[in-house]
Amino acid sequence: MIKAIPAFPLLAFAAIGRLVVGLLAMVGRVTKFALTTIVRAVTPPYYPARLFAQIMEIGWFSLPVVGLTAIFTGSALAQQIYTGGSRFNASSTVPAIVVFGMVRELGPVLVGLMVAGRVASAMAAELGTMRVTEQLDALATLRTDSYRYLIAPRLVAAVLALPVMVLIANSIGIMGGYLLSIYKLGFNPASYLATTRQFLEWDDIRMAVVKAAVFGFIIALMGCYNGLHTRGGAAGVGKATTDAVVSSFVLILFSDLVITIVAFG
Amino acid sequence: MATGMTPKIKLTDVVKRFGEKCVLDGVNLSVEPGESVAIIGGSGTGKSVTLKCILALLIPDSGSIEIDGQEIVGARSSEIARIRAKFGMLFQGGALFDSMPVWRNVTFGLTQGRMREPARMRHIAEENLERVGLGRDILNLRPNELSGGMQKRVALARAIAPRPEIIFFDEPTTGLDPIRADMINDLITSLVKDLGVTALTITHDMSSARKIADRVAMLYNGRIIWHGPRDRLYDSGNPYVDQFVQGRADGPIR
Ligand SMILES: Nc1ncnc2c1ncn2[C@@H]1O[C@H](COP(=O)(O)OP(=O)(O)OP(=O)(O)O)[C@@H](O)[C@H]1O
Ligand SMILES: [Mg+2]
Repeated sequence: MIKAIPAFPLLAFAAIGRLVVGLLAMVGRVTKFALTTIVRAVTPPYYPARLFAQIMEIGWFSLPVVGLTAIFTGSALAQQIYTGGSRFNASSTVPAIVVFGMVRELGPVLVGLMVAGRVASAMAAELGTMRVTEQLDALATLRTDSYRYLIAPRLVAAVLALPVMVLIANSIGIMGGYLLSIYKLGFNPASYLATTRQFLEWDDIRMAVVKAAVFGFIIALMGCYNGLHTRGGAAGVGKATTDAVVSSFVLILFSDLVITIVAFG
Repeated sequence: MATGMTPKIKLTDVVKRFGEKCVLDGVNLSVEPGESVAIIGGSGTGKSVTLKCILALLIPDSGSIEIDGQEIVGARSSEIARIRAKFGMLFQGGALFDSMPVWRNVTFGLTQGRMREPARMRHIAEENLERVGLGRDILNLRPNELSGGMQKRVALARAIAPRPEIIFFDEPTTGLDPIRADMINDLITSLVKDLGVTALTITHDMSSARKIADRVAMLYNGRIIWHGPRDRLYDSGNPYVDQFVQGRADGPIR
């Protein structure tokens, strides 16, 4: 006699299966979207003015928030290491860990997250509104390809702008650590700078730039994908915005881990 | 209807579903070059969906749609882009670009959003706005600074500015006062008569349908249940059409 299969594990398996299938389908759709955008981005017509506008929007207008984040984090980092590491040779560990921490990890991740919060949400909201008010349809009837006109400039701008912003954030963060160390912790400026220079490596800077470009890609991709695929009215736009921010946060942190492991593992 | 000519637009057994809901259930319609056809039908019967299918903004589940004899269902995106160049479309909700001023909206079909020849473009915008009864004072305003009826007319100006061969009007006179509405009727009539444009207009306004259309088609339950010359609209002999054009609550349409 065949024993009846208990219903609960079966249901659980089915649920997990659906989740995995759904996730894979999603990855497939996003990948197709990304490839379409890249192909359209490299073939004419191009929209240089749109690209410039997006660089301003993503890069320039994010600088204040990125700068503030960096200076606070760099200073706090210096204080933490000083307090926690004073048993060791603090005068060399503080500048070294500020440099490592900012360049390798905090600079790219914090810039990525701040810009994701500011930009991915704005992209999703703008494109989502255009979708639900039929502006995207109107664009198509006016002989304009929304991938080339709307998506490609955002994607390219984010990939170009993020590395520059991360370099700026790293510099500001290191400067924040320097200022706190000199004026509050009583470090010697010359030797602090010398140690900083000693621990600042090209490989780390290069990795920060790579991470930043990847994060920029993720931010624009998630913002645009969720915006373009908005369904329903105002509530749909709200959901697209939330999804864009949450998914870019998760993907930024995940890809940061992957890149770090690949580079140092 | 002339025979032997390739129809400008030809829909054959077009089916469109959204999930379980079958909105278009085998639509057959053909529009000759230079003809003006009005589509009437209840709210939510799929009139706007029909236009979007013809523009390949929605993809039918089955059936065929030919523009000048060229099939667009399943066509490549480059091919679709080429065919779309023949169309102008007035969306039901206007669908103006709220990030740009009126004059750039109106000339978008010519500039594709680029800032080229601004002086000439403003002039073209002014001309087209004049045709829909709007003045130059709104050129620099944003769409959200306009009234609903003004937005509709700006959208109309945007649809006609590139001088397309085929124009779709999705409820062009809804939300307009009677005088403006009649002005739009005259505009559509003159586009068809003087410029040889092929027009497909969705309308709930029977007097407008009789004025602008050579032929009227009625969409009901996912199909074109009746079509005929505009003079027959009030003696079609079709109980559905009768009920609809007379606006009676009792009849075969529940
Ligand atoms: N993108 C969509 N997704 C799901 N359903 C849709 C979509 N677009 C339209 N529908 C459905 O298709 C049906 C027909 O819609 P359509 O907009 O064509 O109506 P209509 O005939 O233009 O009505 P109205 O006169 O009120 O404008 C509606 O029931 C609508 O809910
Ligand atoms: Mg409609």
